[in-house]
Amino acid sequence: MHELAVCQSLMDQVENIASERKAQSVTSIVIAMGPLSGVEAQLLKNAYPIASAGTIAENAELIIEYLPVRVKCTQCGSESDALPNKLICKQCGDWRTTLVSGDEMMLMSVELATAKLLQ
Amino acid sequence: MCDTCGCNITHGNEGLIRPGGKLHKTESGKEAVTVLHSLLHENDHTAKHNRDHFDQHNVLAINLMSSPGAGKTALLEATIQLLDEDIKIAVIEGDLETENDAERIRKHGVKAIQIATGSACHLDAHMIHQALHNLDLSEFDIVFIENVGNLVCPASFDLGHHLNVILLSVPEGDDKPAKYPVMFRTSDLVLISKSDLLPILDDFKPERAKGYLRDIASTAPVMELSSKDKSGMPQWIDWINQQVEIRRTYVEQHPVAAGHGHDGHEHHHHHEHEEIKV
Repeated sequence: MHELAVCQSLMDQVENIASERKAQSVTSIVIAMGPLSGVEAQLLKNAYPIASAGTIAENAELIIEYLPVRVKCTQCGSESDALPNKLICKQCGDWRTTLVSGDEMMLMSVELATAKLLQ
Repeated sequence: MCDTCGCNITHGNEGLIRPGGKLHKTESGKEAVTVLHSLLHENDHTAKHNRDHFDQHNVLAINLMSSPGAGKTALLEATIQLLDEDIKIAVIEGDLETENDAERIRKHGVKAIQIATGSACHLDAHMIHQALHNLDLSEFDIVFIENVGNLVCPASFDLGHHLNVILLSVPEGDDKPAKYPVMFRTSDLVLISKSDLLPILDDFKPERAKGYLRDIASTAPVMELSSKDKSGMPQWIDWINQQVEIRRTYVEQHPVAAGHGHDGHEHHHHHEHEEIKV
């Protein structure tokens, strides 16, 4: 249930970027998330209208890119898809893998409407 | 991950932001700003600041996490009794309400700071930062942070600690690592607590818990212990002593630059809901 806190942190960042760039408004926010981030996308979406209310990003579209869980085997070197609680190598079955993707919770980009647009 | 050198761009996400990628588009009259920061950028920044502060004072910070009732406070009480007297410790306690845990620790003559999180389900770096204002780190070798009992939310927040120790108590069942992979993936050590109950609750198989942990590619060592009958405690104490040595050597070799510490500059705190009692 920490998604509201995560969303508020996101809004702080977005507001800082918008004010640095002297934007009129924020039109979209793109975030990338994986299942191992510990953040539930749907709960984040639910928190978003609350966290963005009254901010410069109030009407921005929140776009979530879902990244798959992928692992690289430290033993045989192959890369494969995996489940969040089964991070073993699909090729050789070894458990000694490293995560290639799936734990991201990242603000990728924001799109701003600048003053120029409105002139 | 840092936010300056591009190491945030991973094999998994680089395709999205390269020219022609899904996220690389700009309509006319609008400005697209590539950011690539963690959603918890501000928390991570404060966490780094906390870690620098610990390192400057040669203090090892250990974050204890588990579900409620797994025996974190009992473990700390037993640890206080068994640790060498030369190792000075302080405890930061996180709970939604009450001073109960801090009072239990203080009875052993150990400094304890209680953070009452109100309705927050986790500690974050700002709360720890605030607590550190009430702690003279030069007096201590180890700070234990007892996180809010919760196997979900605390996993996402870096506090500036060095090590995560996760307790899995025998009554909870041995499949917790499979149910809460995000939390257990962060562990540097897993303690199977209340091991004195293993003969009674014999459906808990420590080997099976270990198997679930390996399934999530965790290399964390697993120890069984009981704060009650003290079995397995010497192994845990040895581990702590080793970690103190490892940290000291590391800090000697990687001194924190002056000015990265805690003293002498203003801080902004965005969390006003926490109440701190010393």
